[in-house]
Amino acid sequence: MKHDLTHLPRAGDAVAGRPGASPQALEANFSDLHPPLTQRQALIESQRCLYCYDAPCVEACPSDIDIPRFIRQISEQNIDGAAHTILEQNILGGSCARVCPTEILCEQRCVRNHDAECQPVLIGLLQRHATDHAHFDGHPFKRAADSGHQVAVVGAGPAGLACAHRLAMLGHRVTVFEAETKPGGLNEYGIARYKMTDDFARKEVEFLLEIGGIEMRYGQRLGDNLQLAQLHADYDGVFLGLGLGASRRLGLAGEDAPGLAPAVDYIKTLRQTDDLTQLPLARRCVVIGAGNTAIDMATQMARLGADEVTLVYRRGVEAMSATGHEQEIAKANGVRMLTWATPREVLVDTEGRVSGMRFERTREIEGQLQGTGESFELAADAVFKAIGQGFDGDSLSDAMASELARDGERIHVDDAFRTSLPRVYAGGDCVAPGQDLTVQAVQHGKLAAHAIHQDLLAKQEAA
Amino acid sequence: MNTRTDHLVNGVDLSIDFAGIKSPNPFWLASAPPTDKAYNVERAYRAGWGGVVWKTLGEDPPAVNVSSRYSAHFGKNREVLGFNNIELITDRSLEINLQEIARVKRDWPDRALIVSLMVPCEEAAWRHILPLVEATGADGIELNLGCPHGMPERGMGAAVGQNPDLIEQVARWCKQYYSKPVIVKLTPNITDIRVAAQAALRGGADAVSLINTINSITSIDLDNMVAKPTVGQQSTHGGYCGSAVKPIALNMVAEIARDTPTRHLPISGIGGISDWRDAAEFVALGAGSVQVCTAAMLHGFRIVEEMQDGLSRWMAEQGYRSLDDFSGKAVANTTDWKHLDMNFKTIAHIDQDTCISCGRCYIACEDTSHQSIAQLIDASGTRRYEVIDEECVGCNLCQITCPVQDCINMVPQETGKPYMSWNQDPRNPFRQAS
Repeated sequence: MKHDLTHLPRAGDAVAGRPGASPQALEANFSDLHPPLTQRQALIESQRCLYCYDAPCVEACPSDIDIPRFIRQISEQNIDGAAHTILEQNILGGSCARVCPTEILCEQRCVRNHDAECQPVLIGLLQRHATDHAHFDGHPFKRAADSGHQVAVVGAGPAGLACAHRLAMLGHRVTVFEAETKPGGLNEYGIARYKMTDDFARKEVEFLLEIGGIEMRYGQRLGDNLQLAQLHADYDGVFLGLGLGASRRLGLAGEDAPGLAPAVDYIKTLRQTDDLTQLPLARRCVVIGAGNTAIDMATQMARLGADEVTLVYRRGVEAMSATGHEQEIAKANGVRMLTWATPREVLVDTEGRVSGMRFERTREIEGQLQGTGESFELAADAVFKAIGQGFDGDSLSDAMASELARDGERIHVDDAFRTSLPRVYAGGDCVAPGQDLTVQAVQHGKLAAHAIHQDLLAKQEAA
Repeated sequence: MNTRTDHLVNGVDLSIDFAGIKSPNPFWLASAPPTDKAYNVERAYRAGWGGVVWKTLGEDPPAVNVSSRYSAHFGKNREVLGFNNIELITDRSLEINLQEIARVKRDWPDRALIVSLMVPCEEAAWRHILPLVEATGADGIELNLGCPHGMPERGMGAAVGQNPDLIEQVARWCKQYYSKPVIVKLTPNITDIRVAAQAALRGGADAVSLINTINSITSIDLDNMVAKPTVGQQSTHGGYCGSAVKPIALNMVAEIARDTPTRHLPISGIGGISDWRDAAEFVALGAGSVQVCTAAMLHGFRIVEEMQDGLSRWMAEQGYRSLDDFSGKAVANTTDWKHLDMNFKTIAHIDQDTCISCGRCYIACEDTSHQSIAQLIDASGTRRYEVIDEECVGCNLCQITCPVQDCINMVPQETGKPYMSWNQDPRNPFRQAS
């Protein structure tokens, strides 16, 4: 195994003997981070919405949900109607309600967040309330008459699923090719366990597929057992929702030593396990990075029972891509934040395992990050890197895929998510636009579906 | 056992002499379930209520009530906007009520105790009951001629209150067979409240109290297709009260206070009074005492403490030393539409510092009023709302829909024009040359 953590103690053994230690207690550390609103709380909160005209929250929502409308529907105790308002724009509204950084989107723009109150309406939790409590008689959206067209969607993450659902609604038949054994993408594998509890990602996909007309194929990896040219030949259109599969490298010697692993790999294991006590636990651990993945990694390790978790970032807190809210979560869990330091050397013990990390202090001079020459070491049983995800080069290696125009490493798309190749579209984290948010991926997939639909209709008319 | 309440609260004298009935403060409990028996009334006095109007007595055998009696009109947060009941007058015997009234009055001599009465519209009935009431030592009576449900079927309540001749007749009998103050309680379920008040005055009434409850159906249970409150599978209209009726009550009080024949007739104000401010508003329109029911039924008797405290602090701040100092002060400023100044002009002003840019003023004005607010969106997407002065007619709609207090203010404009009523206005086709 490339990233070996097997020498570490199991979480169950490491915390054994501590007061209150039990598998149940450990599991409880990963229960809902933000418990849902009760019906009463939701009703009261919904009254706080001012039903703004041209509401700023809607402008801030990447997926165009009519927020004042769904909140008003909650206030009128029309929960099914509220959920419908959400889902018609964002079929993954349930997971977005859980993972969206609302503090930098809708809730930041809420007029009740103005200086006079500084108390935005809890839009995220209200969205969760509506989507959790809706009881539809069958799937709420109907398929249009069968168009006879077949579209391939690569990747069953938020972008691919949203695209597939919208295509199905528009009457097309869709085949989704997914490299993993389960659908959901980051919702299933990449989000902190306490943000997506009760197998929600799976349930949400089940709901989404109820629309019909979508066939799922797992273990299908582009550039491996799947070729773009073949999909292009077999289908009327192809949507690429590949995500960013590869963890960036630190570029240091010893990067593959046991004890050093990508945070996303560990989080994936943590999300899939049925038994948290069997997870490898680093009592002293270092996380390198400043995004939400770094925060998720550090916080989860602290909750698993680590004694010391240090998050190290080469710039200051204000430059961290993790929101202030996320940073607070980490701090509340005892994570130490160490800024202005960059990794220089992986320290290993006599057996070649990670024993710590040497960092150099940094500073910024005229916008340029520089080392100060001063260095220090942090002892650690494991080091997790969360310095961003890159494009998995292999996935676009076949003859046709390698022709796709790129913006940097990401796939170039136009405003309608068309790539440089005819009948090939792309969206989500693998394309250039956007901030790598679930809600944005959903929007990409949805808009791409409309572009595909339009292009198919245009072709039909031309024929 | 009894505790005198202090007339001086925060240095202000709250005591009143209402048509000869003395009370340490103007806050009375209206004739209703809270004043049904000695137990409740004594709790009310202990809490500080200045007086009570004992729940309406009638002839034996006592009335019989149904099960399920109240319903409400709720706001979105379950605040009770309006309250509805289908109860009748007291369902206890006359004798027990009279005994309790006598004992309570003896034990609480400084508090006002008024007895509400409703008997058939026959002289003999009144001649019989009035001496019995007089013997209790109570301070006065209030004639319940306005109960809108259950009693009219028996020729009592609203049926009497809707007929001015009967009002006058009953008032006259009461003055004939009872020596203490007689208050006539008026029903709002009529077209012109002044006619009823004038009839009471003609009959010799010492005061009027208003309003009684308004005919109402508060809501329908859509699952079972029946109104509330539900009795078995049926319902009936009830009497509406609570905050929602305050504006109706204020208008009727003002109508009587402004009407020449009744201008000096003491008025006990009733209708949706929930706090000291409501009470002050009734007094400003001429009420000499106020009666409260719904607010006490929802929150208990303790609310009278906040009422006394709030009213007295406000009075002290204003320099009013007694209720007389501001009683009726708003009456002269309440007039007919035709006397309003056609040359007065006010326009809205939006305070940009407190505006939260919700856009409610804009869409309200744009869709439903005079298109007098501009929505300005700059390059960064920041929204700004500005009144277009030339278009604004000063309707107040934007100020009303604005969720921020004092963000939108109506600013009177200097027009340089003198007062001009509609009668003087050249645009008035029916103008009478003066």
